Amino acid sequence: MFVLVAMKDLVEVKPWKFAEDRVDTVSSELNKKLANKVIHNVGLCISLYDITLLGDAMIYPGKGSCHVKVEFRFIAFRPFVDEVILGEVRSCCPEGVNVSMGFDKKGSMFDDVFIPADYLPNPSRFNRKDNLWVWEYPTEDGGSADLAIYNGEKIRFRVISETFVDCTPTTPELAGSTAAVQEESRSPYSLTGSVSEAGLGLLSWWQ
Amino acid sequence: MEVLDDQSALLSNFEVFSILKAAKQSKKHSHQNVATIVYETSSYLEKTACSKQSEEAVTKFLEALRNFKLTKSEKLQLLNHRPTSHVELHFLIAESEERFGDEDLQKLLDIVESNLPE
Repeated sequence: MFVLVAMKDLVEVKPWKFAEDRVDTVSSELNKKLANKVIHNVGLCISLYDITLLGDAMIYPGKGSCHVKVEFRFIAFRPFVDEVILGEVRSCCPEGVNVSMGFDKKGSMFDDVFIPADYLPNPSRFNRKDNLWVWEYPTEDGGSADLAIYNGEKIRFRVISETFVDCTPTTPELAGSTAAVQEESRSPYSLTGSVSEAGLGLLSWWQ
Repeated sequence: MEVLDDQSALLSNFEVFSILKAAKQSKKHSHQNVATIVYETSSYLEKTACSKQSEEAVTKFLEALRNFKLTKSEKLQLLNHRPTSHVELHFLIAESEERFGDEDLQKLLDIVESNLPE
């Protein structure tokens, strides 16, 4: 679920931090810059793992701060395709199920997981009245038991694909800026999951 | 900023959980984003199998798995999920029935049960 990403950057150390330990200052600058941010094609950055190279501090004319070349490794959340992970059901909609990782009242680590209707166990139907998906589990006697996907339940799913969208702001077109507005609602990193295999789906189904 | 290697290593949930626990204890005053992500990730990991693991348990577990032909990602998933049934082994290990017989799968479950705490 987590990978180590090796990166290189130039970190600015402000003059009032010169007396402090250089490694600590650079580490907290890197964490401040990258923690909880998605980097395109890399994943959601969690925290700094270590610094592999700390270069010399260069001072450029016009500024009092020094700039340090750093090579470091950062922990990133990026499950590999086909990995099975545990999440919680956030909500159901006719297109599928929204799942998030670690959802509680304060927030969640990662929100953008979606299980499309095609990847739910077959046969399933959408109950419009209660707004939930129900798996019609075929029982031995030929009938079917209804297993519903309730909000807040723990769910195990397989990662089918990941999508990175480059959300860097672009200048809006002169003739109407609807394109810019649409881009804001897309998340930079989202996962598509599947629960159609045996053993996947709500934990309560398999206990 | 430049990315040198976007998959320099795979980390188990246990390793990330230990790093975040240390980060939570040592931080004097960190940025809002850092605090948020560290808190949320550790609360997520707290509820999974890795919160009960220890370094010795993980080393012993990987030693015991040496005799089985498993890929790195399969061993990682076994460590992260702590399966307790054959159904779970089936989706964690690709083609588990063809590669291992029933007794081998049961042996795997026994290794998981004995080495990784509940």
